[in-house]
Amino acid sequence: MSDFTSEFWNWWIIVGTVASIGYCAWLLIVSSRIKMKGAPAPGKQADTTGHTWDGDLAEYNNPLPRWWMWLFWITIVYAVVYLVFYPGLGRAPGVLGWTSANAAAKESAAVDAKTKPLYDKYLAMDLKQVAADPQARAMGERLFLNNCAQCHGSDAGGSRGFPSLRDNDWLWGGAPETIRESIANGRIGVMPAMGPTLGEDGTKSVIAYVRSLSGLAHDSLRGQLGKPLFEQNCAACHGVDGKGNQAVGAPNLTDAIWLYGSSEATIAEGINKGRHLGLDENHLPMPSHKASLGDGKVQLLAAYVWGLSNSK
Amino acid sequence: MSDSRTTIPIQPAAAGTEAEVGLYEIRKKIYPRAVSGRFATWSWAMVFATQIIFYGLPWLSWNDRQAVLFDIAARKFYIFGIVFWPQDVIYLAFLLIIAALSLFLFTAMAGRLWCGYACPQTVYTQIFLWVERKIEGDRNARIILDRQPLSAAKLGKKTAKHGAWMAISLWTGVTFVGYFTPFRPLLAAIPGGLGGWEIFWILFYGLATYGNAGYMREQVCKYMCPYARFQSVMFDKDTLVITYDAGRGEPRGARSRKSAARTKGLGDCVDCQICVQVCPTGIDIRHGLQYECIGCAACIDGCNQVMDRMGYPQGLIRYTTENALAQGYDNATMWKRVFRARTLVYIGLLATVVVAVGVSLYVRDTLKVDVIRDRGTLVRETAAGKIENVYQLQIMNTDESPRRFTISVEGVSGIEVVGVEQPIAIDGESLRLVPVRLQAPTEAGKPGANRIEFVIETLGGAKRGWREKSTFLFPR
Repeated sequence: MSDFTSEFWNWWIIVGTVASIGYCAWLLIVSSRIKMKGAPAPGKQADTTGHTWDGDLAEYNNPLPRWWMWLFWITIVYAVVYLVFYPGLGRAPGVLGWTSANAAAKESAAVDAKTKPLYDKYLAMDLKQVAADPQARAMGERLFLNNCAQCHGSDAGGSRGFPSLRDNDWLWGGAPETIRESIANGRIGVMPAMGPTLGEDGTKSVIAYVRSLSGLAHDSLRGQLGKPLFEQNCAACHGVDGKGNQAVGAPNLTDAIWLYGSSEATIAEGINKGRHLGLDENHLPMPSHKASLGDGKVQLLAAYVWGLSNSK
Repeated sequence: MSDSRTTIPIQPAAAGTEAEVGLYEIRKKIYPRAVSGRFATWSWAMVFATQIIFYGLPWLSWNDRQAVLFDIAARKFYIFGIVFWPQDVIYLAFLLIIAALSLFLFTAMAGRLWCGYACPQTVYTQIFLWVERKIEGDRNARIILDRQPLSAAKLGKKTAKHGAWMAISLWTGVTFVGYFTPFRPLLAAIPGGLGGWEIFWILFYGLATYGNAGYMREQVCKYMCPYARFQSVMFDKDTLVITYDAGRGEPRGARSRKSAARTKGLGDCVDCQICVQVCPTGIDIRHGLQYECIGCAACIDGCNQVMDRMGYPQGLIRYTTENALAQGYDNATMWKRVFRARTLVYIGLLATVVVAVGVSLYVRDTLKVDVIRDRGTLVRETAAGKIENVYQLQIMNTDESPRRFTISVEGVSGIEVVGVEQPIAIDGESLRLVPVRLQAPTEAGKPGANRIEFVIETLGGAKRGWREKSTFLFPR
């Protein structure tokens, strides 16, 4: 793809480049033909180059060594050869067809070819076997710290909106293959805003019922009122018993693990606004890593993450 | 400039010829004549000293590896017992500071000592000239040989010379590459097993040696090296420079050894041109200090031999200072002024930096630690009601043997390291990122940042632990 917005700039660069090289060559030819009087006889004034500045500032001839002139010619030859082989003259691609993107792709392909046998070894193994391999675990740790720790924390303990990977509580499932699927293809969980449907009073009741599920302090009367509302509006995803549904990434509401927090205000926020992309910096998707990391690294990461809560 | 120097007008070499010259000067080949004497001996001593080090170092071993190796691909420089990592680049700065201060000191004291005795350009030119002399003969023989038409004898000599030069150059190239890729395996791989870049650098460095020492010679000093051009700012009137004593030598003139020159009104200079013939840059030192002069002192040795033969005292051309010549100082006064405030300051600075670097290298720890706070989670409350912060510790073991480390933390009462299997084993010359969780009781610190210090200690290590500052956050 060309970077030029109009044909004019293409020709501007071609003409400018060719004219500069031609001018340099012309200057070398002309200057190598000039002859002037060298060292003068005693008592006589030496010749100057004839250039005068500021009225009376003249320049003696202090000749450059001639081999230096050949260096200039070499640069001109180099420039011409370069422009033939590499991009430089306007949008001409050069006969080698070299681009920086090609060069980078070639280098990364070379590295991939070198590391492939190592990854292939682990790809052929069962994820649980990989998790038991100390070298794989060390590699997985490095990969995790470089690629995952920004959101999930260096210790994989998670933070607000980003689940902990150390506990055995999973939004989408904790089987090794499911974890690999989550890393490879990413996950986007959506909880719709339920505030308008439930109304202010209904929301309060549902909050009390939800808090009752994990044994948190709640208004028991409101909790009883909330139960049918929950079963009507929330059970489709979170289940009638509130234990969640790993098929859609709906969290279990009966354990003491909260992705955003367990306070009434936080639960209210979740119900009113929902939990989905674009709300704020705590509502980000789990991105897909298949393309950026490749199968081998995803395999090692899945084994490492599974091993965090299943090592002992 | 001084009085003594202004009495001799600086004359261009080809004065009076009125020849037409172009803007580009055709080089006149210089045929330096062989010279022996005190300074020539010094000069050869320096050739041997520098080249024994250069050609010898790659052969040495240290702890089952090459003693001196600059492993650029692995970003590690091995110099005997020390391994330098990219994090040690500060030592390169110190090396450059030492080099600069040495240059100031030596130049202020005695001019271009580096150029005259130690610079590779001078040293290799001297080696190549020696080869040239052994094969083609001294100055006159070489001039005659070059004027002769091509003959079998000439071809033989030239072939022998260039063959010898190329052999030296290639060996120099191989040795040079041996500093960057293990030397003995490199030698074993010649010629078939060499990599493309190794071949390139052997040929490149070899060609540079061959071209610079065989052909370019004084052209490098005159036109390519910046040092000739800025040396004048480091000279002063108490700097020892190679000087022709014009007061004693002029008016110059040829005379018979028997004649009493002084009665004829002549000075000590017999105008024998020896000082010009021995000069590797082709100048006439009698014109005074010139930028082309590399300070090799060949003219001193040459002139002294002539003075001896004439029965005159040595030193018509000698190391002296502008002041000494103008004021007629004796040797003691001159040397006292060479060690003037300026050079003493340089010596003091140089000694300080050298000692500081030496001490720093001696106490330098082979453990390096970086603490990186997790940005995603500033502070967490655990199920047990403790406050938790998360960090990554980048622990580098720059030692060549594997070590085990313990991590502890200080600064907040009751704070402890959790979730790390201690001790942490790290291989030699490698680094590990260690995720670390710190937990402290809820009321142990003030809300916000509290100063803490990680202490990383080598298990069974005699050296003090590495302390790294960080902060621990309590919720507001």
